[in-house]
Amino acid sequence: MSRRLSGQIFLYALLVILAIIYIFPFLVQVATSFKTDSEAASNALSLFPQTVTFAAYETLFSRSDFPLWFANSTIVTIAVTLGRVFFVSLAGYALARLHFRGRGAIFALVVGVMAVPAVVLLIPKFLVLNQIGIYDTYAAMILPLLVDAAGVFIMKNFFESIPVSVEEQARIDGAGAFRVFWSVVLPMARPALITIIILSFQGSWNELSHFIVATQSPELTTLTKGVASLASGQLSQGTQYPIKLAAALIMTIPVAVMFFVFQKRIMNTTEGAVKG
Amino acid sequence: MTATVTTPRVGSRNSGIRRGEAAAGWVFVLPVILILGLFLLIPVLMALWVSFSDWSGRGSPLSGTVNFVGLENYAAVTTGGGLAERDFGISLRNIAWYVLLVVPLQTALSLFLAVLVNRAVLRGRGFFRTAFYFPSVTSSVAITILWLFLFSQTGVVNAVLAWIGISGPNWFQEPSGIVHNALAGVGITTGPEALTQTDVLGVSLWEWLAGPSVALSAFILMAVFTTSGTFMLLFIAALQNVGVELGEASMMDGANGWQRFWHITLPQLRPTIFTVVTLGLIGGWQVFDQIYTGTEGGPAKTTVTPAYLSYEAAFTRQEWGEGSAIAFLLFLIIIFFTLIQRWALRERGVSKRRAARYEVKGGRS
Repeated sequence: MSRRLSGQIFLYALLVILAIIYIFPFLVQVATSFKTDSEAASNALSLFPQTVTFAAYETLFSRSDFPLWFANSTIVTIAVTLGRVFFVSLAGYALARLHFRGRGAIFALVVGVMAVPAVVLLIPKFLVLNQIGIYDTYAAMILPLLVDAAGVFIMKNFFESIPVSVEEQARIDGAGAFRVFWSVVLPMARPALITIIILSFQGSWNELSHFIVATQSPELTTLTKGVASLASGQLSQGTQYPIKLAAALIMTIPVAVMFFVFQKRIMNTTEGAVKG
Repeated sequence: MTATVTTPRVGSRNSGIRRGEAAAGWVFVLPVILILGLFLLIPVLMALWVSFSDWSGRGSPLSGTVNFVGLENYAAVTTGGGLAERDFGISLRNIAWYVLLVVPLQTALSLFLAVLVNRAVLRGRGFFRTAFYFPSVTSSVAITILWLFLFSQTGVVNAVLAWIGISGPNWFQEPSGIVHNALAGVGITTGPEALTQTDVLGVSLWEWLAGPSVALSAFILMAVFTTSGTFMLLFIAALQNVGVELGEASMMDGANGWQRFWHITLPQLRPTIFTVVTLGLIGGWQVFDQIYTGTEGGPAKTTVTPAYLSYEAAFTRQEWGEGSAIAFLLFLIIIFFTLIQRWALRERGVSKRRAARYEVKGGRS
């Protein structure tokens, strides 16, 4: 019994240490964003600034394009997420359940595409965007991100895990493929859909390389592009960690909120549907 | 309209409740095919053409003034003997060390975290899962900025190291390789001639064996930190699908926790391990954002990755053919490793030797 207890204590101690390692950097980040430059350099570890200053935030919001970057990231992310959830689950359902010639080939294509390194595409992507006349527009930022092979894969796997019996009744009642998909299967797929929403929100909000090659106008700069340019010292002289960390922090907030809202569901993606 | 059919499973393709499925199937996958085709397939083909051409970045690469130059661009980065070859060699050296360290570490750590937090009796497991997953939701740009601060000369990492009397380096400015540093610690500062005199891709074997630079090591730690949470979730999902019956039965047979994990749980996790390692490899070989945001390849090119080199060659130096060639070589490498990995983890028929272990043996129970 005591061996069991000491095992428990060891487990919790291990978990707490690991949790501290994972969380502490972000606490330091929050604290540093309220520090003066000199304190950020002289006392990196402290979680409580000696002199609390909002200078970093003031600079970001009143003397930089930060609000514009934020707006651009918001527009792109919402458009991409809505489109992706719909297209990816449609395709995932078709590949999992609908029988049609060429299905195997299409699935192989989607899986194959997953292996194509995004960086292979950097060079010609902007050419294609140029060729079809949408380079340096919102369309160039949004359209290529609307579909994600990994999402198709996830949805296909999920739909395959649902017993066929659920759809058969609807089919026997005469519902068409889209109706079965929309009213019967999709509502059941909520856990998987939320996974897709999280992944596309996160993916498009955090996307950098695509935006680098799809746009050049300062008006279309997203947070990732803008903040990356901060890192190389565009706005600030020298290190100026408080400004950079404040920018990175604000950029993290929307995905963090998203995560906390859906947290319960992310963690239980395998529950639901029919069991046994 | 098809409600009267009572034999659903059998029957020809276009009858019964399967009627109209083919058309619906194609309509459903059409948006995905169009977008993947337009923004993935066509660009890949164009890049392939550019990698065989002398396109200089002006006008369309498909115009008549662009010439086919065969393997010239590929030769420049693999056998050219010049700076292009050496840069490519260095980038491969860097990324090889990166992948070699990141993939096993992130896979093991994420599985370890998943097993820890998957216990039904664990209090606060929601909190722990959140803590471990949180770094995964932040963007690579944001986390790189945080990392630049944590690993700066006066940063948190060095402050912690100072507690135990270690004077930490200025991480992102330090180009020395960690294997070389370790060797220097035991007094070896120059390699044997066999290693220093032999070049592969313009980089001597001694340099290949330098290990990741201190700067690249900071990126390696960052990758493990930011990916372990995502992969932990995949493992948690898989662990919840592992049948409890088998585990209970083996517990009756007296198997201890470790044996149950090794012989019962782990084999069932094989598909997930496959996914994690494959995603890790694919992601690892393409590191770009962190380098673009953080070091731009420095110090002394020790954080140049093939992906960054490809971008830099094309967009900065206007060497489009060379950049595309690097991208394709990278592509081939990734496919190669994915195939090896798939082969290694393939579903095998149970071998005789293995099957023998599960056979009922006369003497033992």
